[in-house]
Amino acid sequence: MKLVMAIIKPFKLDDVREALSSLGVAGMTVSEVKGFGRQKGQTEIYRGAEYSTNMVPKIKIEVVCDDDLAPRVVEAAQQAANSGAIGDGKIFVLDVGQAVRIRTGETGETAL
Amino acid sequence: MMTLSKKLCGVAGMAVAFLATAAPALAADLIKNPDAAQMASMVNKGDVAWMLVSAALVLMMSIPGLALFYGGLVRSKNMLSVLMQVFMIVSVAGLVWACWGYSIAFTSGGENHFFGGFSKAFLMGVDATTSGATFSNNVYLPELVFVVFQMTFAMITPALIVGTFAERVKFSSLIVFVVAWLTLIYAPMAHMVWYWAGPDFLADAPTDSGLLWGWGALDFAGGTVVHINAGIAGLVGCLIIGKRVGYPKEPMPPHSLVMTMIGASLLWVGWFGFNAGSNLEANGVTAVAFVNTMLATCAAAVSWALIEQFHHGKASLLGAVTGAVAGLVAITPAAGLGAPMTSIVLGFVVSPICYIFVAFVKGKLGYDDTLDVFGVHCVGGIVGAIGTGIVASPALGGQGVFDYTVFPAAFDASSYSIATQVVTQIKAVLFTLVFSGVGSAILFFVIDKTLGLRPSAEAEQEGLDLSSHGERAYNY
Repeated sequence: MKLVMAIIKPFKLDDVREALSSLGVAGMTVSEVKGFGRQKGQTEIYRGAEYSTNMVPKIKIEVVCDDDLAPRVVEAAQQAANSGAIGDGKIFVLDVGQAVRIRTGETGETAL
Repeated sequence: MMTLSKKLCGVAGMAVAFLATAAPALAADLIKNPDAAQMASMVNKGDVAWMLVSAALVLMMSIPGLALFYGGLVRSKNMLSVLMQVFMIVSVAGLVWACWGYSIAFTSGGENHFFGGFSKAFLMGVDATTSGATFSNNVYLPELVFVVFQMTFAMITPALIVGTFAERVKFSSLIVFVVAWLTLIYAPMAHMVWYWAGPDFLADAPTDSGLLWGWGALDFAGGTVVHINAGIAGLVGCLIIGKRVGYPKEPMPPHSLVMTMIGASLLWVGWFGFNAGSNLEANGVTAVAFVNTMLATCAAAVSWALIEQFHHGKASLLGAVTGAVAGLVAITPAAGLGAPMTSIVLGFVVSPICYIFVAFVKGKLGYDDTLDVFGVHCVGGIVGAIGTGIVASPALGGQGVFDYTVFPAAFDASSYSIATQVVTQIKAVLFTLVFSGVGSAILFFVIDKTLGLRPSAEAEQEGLDLSSHGERAYNY
């Protein structure tokens, strides 16, 4: 099993969710996060006082899927989240040791 | 209020004296030095209704208006501390006002023109049958109406101060300061600017007035008493308390400009009670004050937005509402004295001046006036106070001033001199800056050395909501 973690621009969330759903991904976890990469932060001005905020708001999507599906999930997410501009985000893939469905106690890929 | 110069309030007096149908109408019938029973018969129900509504509107300016305006601008960990400070100051000020503040401000000091006496302490002798003067001969308000209207001014003025040292003040010490400040600074200031014998009595007692009133200084609704007074007190307070931990290195952006916008808008609405209510009657001058307040505010909001558009390429909401408040402050002393078009000019002028103070001067001098009370209220108040001397001129469509030293009050538009009046206004501004600045500095200093004005650095970093009040604004 793989954990696909995608950090994307907030307004791309729906596109990515649709793309992944069409692959048969059954669930995902979404969080609002902040961070920085190559994209510069924004400048905020309050009554003339300028603050440059280094942290840019992003959405983090986490999907666990079986090993075969993982490359297609990555590809679909990469295409759906791409706007061609700096700050589109990153995708990470991690190995997952175990999965448990809390209601039934099922484990492994059947729990996904 | 018992505002203004020896003269003021022209149209008000004349309209009632000559045009009113219900009241004793003809000038020839006017009663000089009426007794209590005669005064009680000179009360107009429309005036009473308007003034009670105005008092409630001014209360709304403080809570929730000012509280939200300020609260939105601090970090979320200090939100409740600001709301609580404003709410408690309002409550404490009401008690101080009824117990001794009103008496110090609005009883005669005899030959002492700085403060009144204690003859009405605890509202002694003030009841449903006693009356307070307006600006018109033979027009009175029930005295309790005047007491409560003025009370709401005593509530909001110290509440304005907390913005300068928001996020870093010890709550209990602040409340002690407010009691002392209302007693020793605010009530005398109100006495000096607004106390006078009244239009039916001044002719026989021409020196029975507060110091600045006697100078002929014009302050329709509180440019000196409220805004310059609070602004300079706040500045010395923030200098004595010192900067917030981390200022100016750490970013300290406002936590909710939504609330700030709601608060500023409530201030705008409530300010009609403040400014138009300060005419003490419901008549043509009240409408002038109302319209001037509206237009100056519109102009100042537009003016600030334009400055930001040119300076930063983006007009911000915070800028627009700050401009609106600056406009409200500036028109306050001039509300019932200027004309609609000169009020627009005043509004356009005040925003750039306040902008320079909040965006440049504050940073250059390095003081931490957290919510720009000095830059907006004191500076805006000074612009308004001096501008009042200009816009009040009948030659510019202003209301001019009445001569109350004769009975009935006389009006002579040609006697108004802009130059003379502006000099008087500048004197009044300087007096207020020195009196309130020095007096407040002494109070802050003494309280700092005895009770301490600042919480510990850890308490400040944790946020005053938890460290001072044991609760949080937002539990997600």
